[in-house]
Amino acid sequence: MLHDATIAQLAEALRAGEFSAVELTDHFLARIERLDGDLNAFITVTADSARARAEQADARLAAGNATPLTGIPIAHKDIFCTRGVRTSCGSRMLDNFVSPYNATAVEKLEEAGAVMLGKTNMDEFAMGSSNENSYYGPVRNPWNRDLVPGGSSGGSAAAVAARLVPGATGTDTGGSIRQPAALCGITGIKPTYGRVSRWGMVAFASSLDQAGTLARTAEDAALLLQVISGPDPRDSTALPDPVPDYAEALARPLGRMTIGVVDDFFDDGLDPDNAQRVREALSVMEQLGVTLKSIRLENIGLSVPAYYVVAPAEASSNLSRFDGVRFGHRAGDAGDLTEFYMRTRGEGFGAEVKRRILTGAYVLSAGYFDAYYLKAQKVRQLISEDFARAFREVDAIAGPTTPSPAFPLGQKVDDPVQMYLNDIYTIGAPLAGLPALSMPCGLVRGLPVGLQLIGPHLGEGWLLRAAHAFQRETDWHTLAPPGI
Amino acid sequence: MVWLCARFAAPNAVSLSLEDLKSLCILSRLEIASGEMEGVADKLSEIVTLVDALQAVDTAGVVPMAHPLDRAQRLREDRVTEADNHLRYQRNAQQVEQDLYLVPRVIE
Amino acid sequence: MEWEAVIGLEIHTQLATESKIFSGSSTRYGARPNSQASLVDLGYPGVLPVLNAEAVHMAVRFGLATGCTIARRSVFARKNYFYPDLPKGYQISQYELPIVHGGHLDIVTEEGGVKTIGITRAHLEEDAGKSLHEDFQGLSGIDLNRAGTPLLEIVSEPDLRSAREAGNYMRAIHTLVRYLDISDGNMQEGSFRCDANVSIRPRGETELGTRTEIKNLNSFRFVEKAIQVEIGRQIDVLEDGGSVVQETRLYDADRNETRAMRGKEEANDYRYFPDPDLLPVVIGDDLIERLQANLPELPAAKRARFIEQYGLPAHDADILTANPESAAYFEAAVSASRSASPKTVSNWFQGELTAILRRESVEVADTRVSAATLASLLDRVADGTLSGRMGKEVLEALWNGEGSVDEIIEARGLRQISDAGAIEALVDQVIDGHPEQVAQFRGGKTRVIGYLVGQVMKASRGKANPRQVNEILKNKLAG
Repeated sequence: MLHDATIAQLAEALRAGEFSAVELTDHFLARIERLDGDLNAFITVTADSARARAEQADARLAAGNATPLTGIPIAHKDIFCTRGVRTSCGSRMLDNFVSPYNATAVEKLEEAGAVMLGKTNMDEFAMGSSNENSYYGPVRNPWNRDLVPGGSSGGSAAAVAARLVPGATGTDTGGSIRQPAALCGITGIKPTYGRVSRWGMVAFASSLDQAGTLARTAEDAALLLQVISGPDPRDSTALPDPVPDYAEALARPLGRMTIGVVDDFFDDGLDPDNAQRVREALSVMEQLGVTLKSIRLENIGLSVPAYYVVAPAEASSNLSRFDGVRFGHRAGDAGDLTEFYMRTRGEGFGAEVKRRILTGAYVLSAGYFDAYYLKAQKVRQLISEDFARAFREVDAIAGPTTPSPAFPLGQKVDDPVQMYLNDIYTIGAPLAGLPALSMPCGLVRGLPVGLQLIGPHLGEGWLLRAAHAFQRETDWHTLAPPGI
Repeated sequence: MVWLCARFAAPNAVSLSLEDLKSLCILSRLEIASGEMEGVADKLSEIVTLVDALQAVDTAGVVPMAHPLDRAQRLREDRVTEADNHLRYQRNAQQVEQDLYLVPRVIE
Repeated sequence: MEWEAVIGLEIHTQLATESKIFSGSSTRYGARPNSQASLVDLGYPGVLPVLNAEAVHMAVRFGLATGCTIARRSVFARKNYFYPDLPKGYQISQYELPIVHGGHLDIVTEEGGVKTIGITRAHLEEDAGKSLHEDFQGLSGIDLNRAGTPLLEIVSEPDLRSAREAGNYMRAIHTLVRYLDISDGNMQEGSFRCDANVSIRPRGETELGTRTEIKNLNSFRFVEKAIQVEIGRQIDVLEDGGSVVQETRLYDADRNETRAMRGKEEANDYRYFPDPDLLPVVIGDDLIERLQANLPELPAAKRARFIEQYGLPAHDADILTANPESAAYFEAAVSASRSASPKTVSNWFQGELTAILRRESVEVADTRVSAATLASLLDRVADGTLSGRMGKEVLEALWNGEGSVDEIIEARGLRQISDAGAIEALVDQVIDGHPEQVAQFRGGKTRVIGYLVGQVMKASRGKANPRQVNEILKNKLAG
């Protein structure tokens, strides 16, 4: 079926003229129409502009100046600003916000000729690991509608898994690309901090936020990443380093690669079956000639507490701009200035966002700054040094992406601490600014789980090559959710 | 399942009073319905207790890591590159008059 | 008891960059509201700051000019608070690691001596927008054109001991930033304003008293008056057995009093932390050397040189070097003039020319009489062609664009009579016409000579050379 094809295959077929970009777009729009009702993966579907873009893509294909992504349908997480289209960030605060400009990642995909079908659902301001914190309602897991898809890029992950779109963008601050990718059975990569410009990406925690891509295969994820990566004069923290040719990196043989395995990750916090799938995946890696090496990350256990100080601290400041004056929700009956601010923000933000803003204000406030914020920064340094030490011995670090497969909707939503602890495996990489990906490595009780690969600074190529080699040996990434 | 973290878990729980929460709400300009204050204070206490695990580790002499990139700030050439778009930008504002954004009276 | 005031100033000077510190918006003053507020200035979701190189260079120039240490690594931090003129809910400033620190500047004391004032630090930050308080159905209007304009906040040590000293320090900083060409220093437009920290203590006491901060003083006069009344207020409070409360106050120029600022009641907790959108600013030797090499001659050096090179009195040097334009005009006139002495040029500049500039409220930079023209006028006075009084008349004519100095002299027939023969004839006429006064003179009432000189000048319709008239008249009367 058309929608089971990978981006690479679709691109080839488009260039061969097997079908037009318009036909392809209509096919996926029809699937969204038919299947998204109960999945709720999209907040906004931009059918009309999509068809217009598809027509331009066909013209470009005909003219022979197409890129590998020309005519390929994609979706953007609703955290990316899209000119003329509502950019809600999953929040009531921005329900009425129509961005006057494009995020750099959006702009680059547009220039490449990709066709945006719409904006995907997400945890409000990317704060969450279950996609239950969305003003637009939870996204449901295509593998089982009673389960969460993971978060915060849950809409993008569910849409790709359900074949509503072949690829999508996402953002990852503590695991928001990798965790939903794992729970939905797809491949997602968060590159090195600064590899993709943050311009136009609504900020959650600026020193951790990084855009990435979600698709069914490492090859597709690489095709998308290739386009959105690179320097940007508008982002001081975007890396100036040239972007390597990932497709070429994929093509090369794995060669002599050493992968580190963190034994601590396999303790009783990890679902035994999940652990088993990961071990099986690692042995496949060994068959591919990879050397496994047991390593220790001394302070990784502190990544959850460190993250839940740093991220809320930055968020509390980043979200201060939402005051109802220049854009976004504005409280009706004003009152004095302070009341106006408090009511506007009290109405505009959801429970989890409020918790993080308050936590952030707390850890930065006089008297607590040193004990929490500064302490967390020091621990962040220790965690980062642990990784640096490890990468002197290994080319990548492998382990589970999540402690277990998807959990039921509502199970953890009222227990933030349990929700936070669930991020234990994914939080380390962003704290150190390192690239990491998750790919399907099997099923646990009929549900997909992921293998996570963490790489050294700018090691995206390594990760993608390893994942691609793995996916040539296995077919976990080809499994579709039942009934899809 | 505090596992991994268990090694560092804080001995005693931290608890935020309603007073603490009220001042944080003012500081953050965040209104919370009086009925929800109690519950929010409890959740915040749990969260702070979780992060308090940081106290257990010795960080003497460790340089705080403010940013994952160990690079210098890039500088912009001093050129005017922005045009006047205020009419377009102000479409997102709910109360504008004579090109000005309106807010409840500012008293000094 | 005798009290001593302890004063420190925080001067905010807008840097004269083309574009804002973190965005490409124009910094031009007086534009249509919000027409110079870009997405970055408005704090739109998803935007990011990128630092303006020129702002960094200007800050370093100031640091070099005041003997500050230039930080090889400085960091921008966020100062978090909610206010309508602060779009992001935080101001990007520098906190723990400012770009320059530990400098000093010499000022003139009330006794005319020289005193060195310590400069604690100067840091870069973004200016806020403006709240317009005229009423829109009970609402205030916000203009964000100014938001993001680069500011250099210059913090002094509490080394100032009187309102006058504080005023002189502020003037000295103002002169310096104008010389460095890093700010237009325009106070009406708010480019140069200051907050004053004031406390008092019994003279001889070394402990500091409780200080108050007077915000937003935007003229030298207001700074001096505000500090003066605040010192008085604090003395009254203490002498009435009360105690000074640490608070922020505003100066009310109409009532000439300071009053506590409202609205800021809830204690500010700014929650400073390093801005994760900006990396550390790293400044290398090469840049510092380049900027050092391009520093202009600074006010103190220029003043000393004027005294030394032109033999001017200190008072003249002070006035001529008060701003770079005056100094440049003076030097241009001196070098263009063939025979006028520097002191003469100085006198004419401070006197006649300045009088016209004031009357027409025109800046030196925009004068309609160039330095070269003034020089040629003074040459005509020096060579006796014009009397001082005629010179003034010609200067006015020059201002009114009636042509060159010589054209005006011709057109108005202003050539002075210095031909001894012609003057003798006039003198004889007057002596014959005024036998009575001549008798009085010879009788010892020498003061009448002034009257007789006047008569001769009158007869010459003001053209006779007064010095010659005097001599010739004296000789003839004596004879």
